[in-house]
Amino acid sequence: MGQTLLDKVWDAHSVRELPNGQTQLFIGLHLVHEVTSPQAFQMLAERGLAVRYPDRTFATVDHIIPTDESTRPYVDGMAEQMFVAIEQNVEQTGIPFFDRSTGRQGIVHVIGPELGLTQPGMTIACGDSHTSTHGAFGAIAFGIGTSQVRDVLATQTISVAKPQCRRISVSGKLADGVFAKDVILAIIGRLGVQGGVGYAYEYAGDVFDAMSMDERMTVCNMSIEGGARVGYVNPDETAYAYLQGREYAPNDADFDSARQWWTDVASDADAAFDDRVDIEGESIAPMVTWGVNPGQVLGVDDLIPSPDDVEGLERRSIQDALDHMKLTPGAPIAGTPIDVAFVGSCTNSRISDLREAARVAEGGRVPAHVKALVVPGSQQVKTEAEAEGLDDVFRAAGFEWRDAGCSMCLAMNPDKLVNDQVCASSSNRNFKGRQGSPLGRTLLMSPAMVAAAAVAGEVTDVRAMAMG
Amino acid sequence: MSDDGRITHVAGTGVPVRGNDIDTDRIIPARYLREITFETLGPHAFEDERRQLNGKHPFDDARFTGASVLVVNRNFGSGSSREHAPQALMRRGIKAIVGESFAEIFFGNCTTIGIPCLTLPATQIESLQSLIEEEPETALEIDVGSGTITAGQAAYQAELPASVREAFVSGEWDALSSLLESNDAISAVHDRLPYITGWPAR
Ligand code: SF4
Repeated sequence: MGQTLLDKVWDAHSVRELPNGQTQLFIGLHLVHEVTSPQAFQMLAERGLAVRYPDRTFATVDHIIPTDESTRPYVDGMAEQMFVAIEQNVEQTGIPFFDRSTGRQGIVHVIGPELGLTQPGMTIACGDSHTSTHGAFGAIAFGIGTSQVRDVLATQTISVAKPQCRRISVSGKLADGVFAKDVILAIIGRLGVQGGVGYAYEYAGDVFDAMSMDERMTVCNMSIEGGARVGYVNPDETAYAYLQGREYAPNDADFDSARQWWTDVASDADAAFDDRVDIEGESIAPMVTWGVNPGQVLGVDDLIPSPDDVEGLERRSIQDALDHMKLTPGAPIAGTPIDVAFVGSCTNSRISDLREAARVAEGGRVPAHVKALVVPGSQQVKTEAEAEGLDDVFRAAGFEWRDAGCSMCLAMNPDKLVNDQVCASSSNRNFKGRQGSPLGRTLLMSPAMVAAAAVAGEVTDVRAMAMG
Repeated sequence: MSDDGRITHVAGTGVPVRGNDIDTDRIIPARYLREITFETLGPHAFEDERRQLNGKHPFDDARFTGASVLVVNRNFGSGSSREHAPQALMRRGIKAIVGESFAEIFFGNCTTIGIPCLTLPATQIESLQSLIEEEPETALEIDVGSGTITAGQAAYQAELPASVREAFVSGEWDALSSLLESNDAISAVHDRLPYITGWPAR
């Protein structure tokens, strides 16, 4: 019986079995950002420990950074304090740091791949649950808490139990107007927000084979929203072509050797999985969330569910979600008016996402009462988009064009919903309060659907709008 | 907790917080991630919900003041990996959590900071929550080693993965000390990874 990529990467990075039965796992690449790291550096200092391999950790700033202000000190004193903390920490420990002055700053899950730091066969950890994004390259990548950030800094290892492996195969082709975001929302809708607890998800099949790296990242990014801490796609020529020539990727002389190792790390054809799920690509429609977790999702032409459809605590969950969202059971989700449109976040802020959104926005006009903003995932994405003139398309259509950061995905910076505004968002979480207002209402969808909603002022089927 | 870090028993009163899929954004809103220390988080646990419920949230209910066992439903702690969530609960006085199920990163974060998270079937959670609501002064006692939870006259048999139970009972729930022991083995793995030490010539 063959092995999965998970098996192989796990074995290659296993230091030992700990007395508690978990694995002491070596972390090949560690990424840190300003929000979940200061306490870890503090704990390290308190125990008198040094950073074991400073050249295996890379830092950037993304969560709290203002995207409409670039002069220091920042107006927001707490943001400024966080910046000073990370600057001091990287300075004292010798960790490479991509701040704005480097031109390589951005959301940690956007810049890792972009710089070629993220590679197949690695173990990757970051104090951020969307670290699963990096699995798009065939890495085993997962989020950790701050105490574990401390562990990685001190030992380059963590204590972790090996997950089981579920292969999710999506066959066939996606319809026009259906994107990677819709695929992962459909998967979460089907398996539930805790369906993946204890599992790594291996995404396979025609649909993933045909996807670009940007698209695979969108899918792997949201694995955690389905409860799976890890999600990956086996590395292939698409991944290798993406990596070639990137700053931290193997150089041309080494590339063939690296490619061989990467190819060997992919799951064997006869690998055994703990579970399998098959989905037909053709069955997936553009998806929109209607509730307060990403599993509360439906096709854009579906009707909002009713609590009467189910029993028990589940009924309460639906009622609770409908109360928060102020939506009517049985009504169509299409046509729901929006107040804000947000294109951005580590799920959908890469160049291809911005291109799709721009294609839909072009020639349209965001109504005056809708606030629409586009926040590129990194400085490099921003530069590339501007070279293609996407910023002009967005501005002409009435969108704000911002600097790179997490922005309204979690609203730690000044970009926040107000009161009970409804936001069409390309981000990954529709939790209560996630976008900065406790009463705020988030509808997750693909960037093209966000652009369509922005221009129409309401949830709209992008298939009807731009594709015809 | 004993001086050597062993966590074998948790005793105290309980507080039920009902609902499935309570995510870490709800446990601690992102604006409190702006602090560079965990120390001040305690009073802000569930802040937005508490404000909306206007004093009716269990964390504001005087009957549950001083509770050390939190009793929750399904998939508690989903979403963000922020350790701020269990840190806020811990600094509020929570020493153990009993629920139908937990999100994985949250569960790991709790273990690392010394909060056992035990699971019970949905119906038993329901009964435990009701019991606490009806008689908030009921003394709860959790035997971490055996998973037995006694609540007044009632007893429940909860589950905890063997590795985690062992970690609490032996006092090694904070993994760092054991991780630090394998110095040479860490170097050996580091040195054999081609993406770190160099790709073999072809
Ligand atoms: S964009 Fe959102 S989900 Fe992604 S890392 Fe930033 S805050 Fe987290």
